[in-house]
Amino acid sequence: MAIYLIVALDVLNGIASLFLLCLGLAIIFGMMKIINLAHGEFIMLGAYATVISANAGVNIWIAMLVVAPLFVGILGLVIERCLIRFLYGRLVDSMLATWGLSLLIIGIITTIYGNTQQGVPTPLGGFSIGSYQSSYYTLFLASMAIVMMALVYGVMSYTRLGLIARATMQNPAMAATLGVNPARVYMSTFTVGAAITGLAGGLLAPVSGITPGMGGAYVAKAFMTVVGGGAAILSGTMSAASLFGAVNQIGAYFTTPVYGEVLVFTAAIVLIRLLPQGISGRFFKGNL
Amino acid sequence: MPIRFRLAAQAVAVALAIVAIALIPSTIELFAMMQLTLFAAMAVLALSLAFIWGFGGILSFGQTAFFGLGGYAYAIAAVNFQDSTPSILLAIIVPSVFAAILGYFIFFGRISDVYLGVITLTVTLILFNCVNSTSGDEYRIGKALLGGFNGMPGVPTFNVPFYPDQVLTPEQSWWVTGGALLAVFLLLRLLLSLPAGRIIVAVRENEVRASLLGYDPRKVKLLTFILSGAIAGLAGALYVNWGAFVGPTIFSLSLSAEIIIWITVGGLGTLLGPIVGCVLIEYIVAYIGSQQALNSNLVLGAVLVVFVLLLPKGLVPTARDLLMRLVPAPKPKARLAEGHVPPSAAASHMAGAE
Repeated sequence: MAIYLIVALDVLNGIASLFLLCLGLAIIFGMMKIINLAHGEFIMLGAYATVISANAGVNIWIAMLVVAPLFVGILGLVIERCLIRFLYGRLVDSMLATWGLSLLIIGIITTIYGNTQQGVPTPLGGFSIGSYQSSYYTLFLASMAIVMMALVYGVMSYTRLGLIARATMQNPAMAATLGVNPARVYMSTFTVGAAITGLAGGLLAPVSGITPGMGGAYVAKAFMTVVGGGAAILSGTMSAASLFGAVNQIGAYFTTPVYGEVLVFTAAIVLIRLLPQGISGRFFKGNL
Repeated sequence: MPIRFRLAAQAVAVALAIVAIALIPSTIELFAMMQLTLFAAMAVLALSLAFIWGFGGILSFGQTAFFGLGGYAYAIAAVNFQDSTPSILLAIIVPSVFAAILGYFIFFGRISDVYLGVITLTVTLILFNCVNSTSGDEYRIGKALLGGFNGMPGVPTFNVPFYPDQVLTPEQSWWVTGGALLAVFLLLRLLLSLPAGRIIVAVRENEVRASLLGYDPRKVKLLTFILSGAIAGLAGALYVNWGAFVGPTIFSLSLSAEIIIWITVGGLGTLLGPIVGCVLIEYIVAYIGSQQALNSNLVLGAVLVVFVLLLPKGLVPTARDLLMRLVPAPKPKARLAEGHVPPSAAASHMAGAE
């Protein structure tokens, strides 16, 4: 019995972390049809911001929940102004430029901090179910995922900002005729997406190895989850993250972590082949 | 330029290239020649992506999948047969078959742009993960141990066809690699000047129009994909021959990124550009590696960003345009094989257009 609970917790953990990792990318992709291949590096920067400020004596919770999103968000704003805004509507070029950006960020971080970085201990203790150990941090991650989901849903559905954002998403030209400035909406969207990504990096800092190249492990997963989910930000990301997170953890439980990954990648390929518009392009039309 | 003149110029250029390949070993020292051998092997890989991306309009992030499969196929076969002749053939056949299966899946499902990128990237990751986890005695194919993340050291290098005991010297290896590069270049150049090549470019320009003219874009893309996989596989064999080693990093994302950088720098929609870009970038990376002052990722990233923003055409087309401006010639007709785009179409910036 206990083992099932542990596997269930693992699945929950997989889904929650995948959702947090992808949300920022999904917002940027759903909004402006730009694939940010530097997404993994935004995560890495969030983790670095958390670890470095925590090691400098900042409270770990503040480092995770405030410093990381703020830092990466501001950086995202700068990047959008200097690079991304010239590339709207040029999908391939935006991919290439953000890929270049990702290499650039890895290079800068390696130059400054070297190839390794001292991590931070996982906050919150552990608990045991039967003879198995698990940590409260897993539950915290899951609740953070739910909070972020609720936050995005609330902002997008019930605020004026969200209304403007949805309008720009659906039809930028029409929104512009009604007095919205799409360029500014894009700018803020990119900033928010980057900040959420930084937050995800901060949250994962205590439970992952921290190196300049750590983003590479996430970017492919996030990329395929977002594309597999389709253009709807919440329903698409949530459904794809649930599917892939569950496949990953269950596959890892029955085989090895490596084959768990392979299973996810295979599932992603099959999914895109069956639903070229992503899950939300097929099942949740018109939803957020 | 009149066409006769152009043909003559091209013939002279090819002759010069042959002479250069022949004379290089007697003019430079061994280390530089070995480096050139590596660059030539990589340039063949660059050509494979230059062909499908620049002329087929298919941006594959997973060119390293075919490169790595070719490398591993060569290594496994060479260890088993102790003769490179069938191994090189296998290094071309295995990736082609793989490209055929994957391409059928992709193109007959009418998957394009971002989705295609995700799938090709994912396939590369799957291969990397699988090969990386094959350390252990149970993972052997015939006599060849796969070796997991340690790779396969001591792979037999090329030998004179059907004479396994006559292994090529570094000089002869250079001639084979440089010759292969020239051969692939000429093959693609020829293909693109034939009607078949025109069809490939037509599909890139406008799939609907091409299918209304009676060509099946799915088939055309599939064949393009297979050919490109075969070329990348050959490049893999040449690469393994250079180092006598193959490891799972051959499937790595960073190499995929590098190929794309070569082409962006050299010029999309040309064949010469990617070769120039490849040699240039690889030389810079090697130089930085020997200097230890700057991080190579930093430089590569900066180069890619600068080129996408400021010089999106790449070096070779830009140089060609400058030359065209210098030579007061009547305006040349749009050359399809060069992917010439009128200014009005350039604004809509499709994948594959310059």
